[in-house]
Amino acid sequence: MSRLRRFLSTPEAVAGALILALLAVMALVAPLLFSGDPQAIAGPALQPPFQDWSLPLGTDRLGRDVLAELFHGARTSLAVGLAAAAAALLIGAVVGTLAGFAGGLVDEVLMRVTDAFQTVPSFLLALAFVSIVGPSLGVVVAAIALSAWTGPARVARAEVLSIRERDYVAGARVIGMHPLEIAFREVLPNALPPVLALSSVIVAAAILTEAALSFLGLGDPNRVTWGGMIAEGRTVLRTAPFLSIVPGVALVLTVLGVYLAGEGVVESTAVRRSLS
Amino acid sequence: MSVLAVSSLTKRYRRGSKPFAAVDDVSFEINPAETLALAGPSGSGKSTIARLVLRLIEPDAGRIAFEGADFLALSGAALRARRARLQMVFQDPLAAFNPRATVARVLDDPLRIHNIATRAERPRRIAALLERVGLDAGLAARAIHEISGGQRQRVAIARAIATRPSLIVLDEAVSALDVSVRGQILELLLDLQRQERIAYLFISHDLGVIRAVAHRVVILDAGRIAESGDARAVIADPQSAIGKALVAATPRLTRSRP
Ligand SMILES: Nc1ncnc2c1ncn2[C@@H]1O[C@H](COP(=O)(O)OP(=O)(O)OP(=O)(O)O)[C@@H](O)[C@H]1O
Ligand SMILES: [Mg+2]
Repeated sequence: MSRLRRFLSTPEAVAGALILALLAVMALVAPLLFSGDPQAIAGPALQPPFQDWSLPLGTDRLGRDVLAELFHGARTSLAVGLAAAAAALLIGAVVGTLAGFAGGLVDEVLMRVTDAFQTVPSFLLALAFVSIVGPSLGVVVAAIALSAWTGPARVARAEVLSIRERDYVAGARVIGMHPLEIAFREVLPNALPPVLALSSVIVAAAILTEAALSFLGLGDPNRVTWGGMIAEGRTVLRTAPFLSIVPGVALVLTVLGVYLAGEGVVESTAVRRSLS
Repeated sequence: MSVLAVSSLTKRYRRGSKPFAAVDDVSFEINPAETLALAGPSGSGKSTIARLVLRLIEPDAGRIAFEGADFLALSGAALRARRARLQMVFQDPLAAFNPRATVARVLDDPLRIHNIATRAERPRRIAALLERVGLDAGLAARAIHEISGGQRQRVAIARAIATRPSLIVLDEAVSALDVSVRGQILELLLDLQRQERIAYLFISHDLGVIRAVAHRVVILDAGRIAESGDARAVIADPQSAIGKALVAATPRLTRSRP
């Protein structure tokens, strides 16, 4: 309880939490509020917003309900962002732990692989991966995770390198524990906090990457995405700018919300550390 | 036959660019139910010997025979299985445990790893271990950081004896404890030795403690053995310069072996 209060002690964290809460609600109620296919035609094409209260944000080029698309897009953004970030953190933590704990040749090989991934611009990597494998939600998640795991891997490795010299790791060896169990059960959980501190940055980047892929037509074609909406709106940017502006603002607010909430978490744990 | 026989053990490190021997041609033996103390000034190589004996680091030269078999020849699963017989207690009992662990988990690990008890039997075995080291069995549910330093060192001893070892290495195991707790822990160690015939490699810079618990002592200086022999005799009349200096630096050498 007091942890939550400390988290909400700065206005930035409150703003971030509110945005994220709103986004989560949008994602959750989307199938209830707009139970039909969000990609179905709902009215006349290019109806401007705030004219017809059954279509509050108007319609797009094909007559689809923009508000319904916005809600369903929140679902995609959030799902892809969270899944990709979780996958990136998992891969990174496992690779970093193995490299740091095993040392020697294993470390050398894993870190060269990490270098290789880091040298290729991450968006290009995701782009190439989706173009080769084909766009679907799972592939997009994998592509983003593939381009984002190197940061967590480096942080996890650095942390593991310091933890593995502790007495309790020697103690685990003395009782005959298997090295893999030592690495993943004794060391990894204690190396996680600085790795998890990266999550807000990674979630935000994942959401942006997903939007960019969709903007280039490499998103899952069966899903509404904000990136796809912006791309659609671009063709009628002069006559109906709101079609690009609405999902664009949603995207910016979401990324901002993730950053602010992440900062809030880091700050509140930093306070806790300096207190203890 | 000795439990542990170390011969010509050598470990070199680099200091700056030039190599030096942290442990230099060290040989000693420990018999069953015997306590051999390692004494010596800071940096004389005591902890390095402990880590070598436990195979936490590898020697550059020398042999280690444990229970009559070449201990350095073991690796992988065979080494892990053998470790049941050779345990350790560290100086700082807080650093020696995973900060997230509970007392129960700390004691459960060796029982599980060496198949000493089935999952269903283990809680009873854990309670018995806690009682064996003079702790309340109810402590099992506590987190490691929720018990006192003395209790923690008792838990460390319980963990060490869980696999019925023939030798326990104690590296400054009582140095971090205050005097009254130290006495109780030493009593516990002596009691365990009498009942289970466990041998100790007892590392300490406190000659008073060594005289109270050790049968024999090896005094180290800069990685080499300066002198060795019966603990009381050596402490009463040290022959080496470093032995004399250590005795002179220990203010009160009046306590006798309890
Ligand atoms: N990993 C290492 N790399 C380089 N030098 C080391 C390493 N470990 C120990 N040494 C050096 O080896 C020597 C012996 O160290 P050791 O820890 O065995 O001493 P000690 O007798 O246990 O001292 P203390 O009483 O302070 O614990 C010291 O000079 C130390 O600096
Ligand atoms: Mg030492």
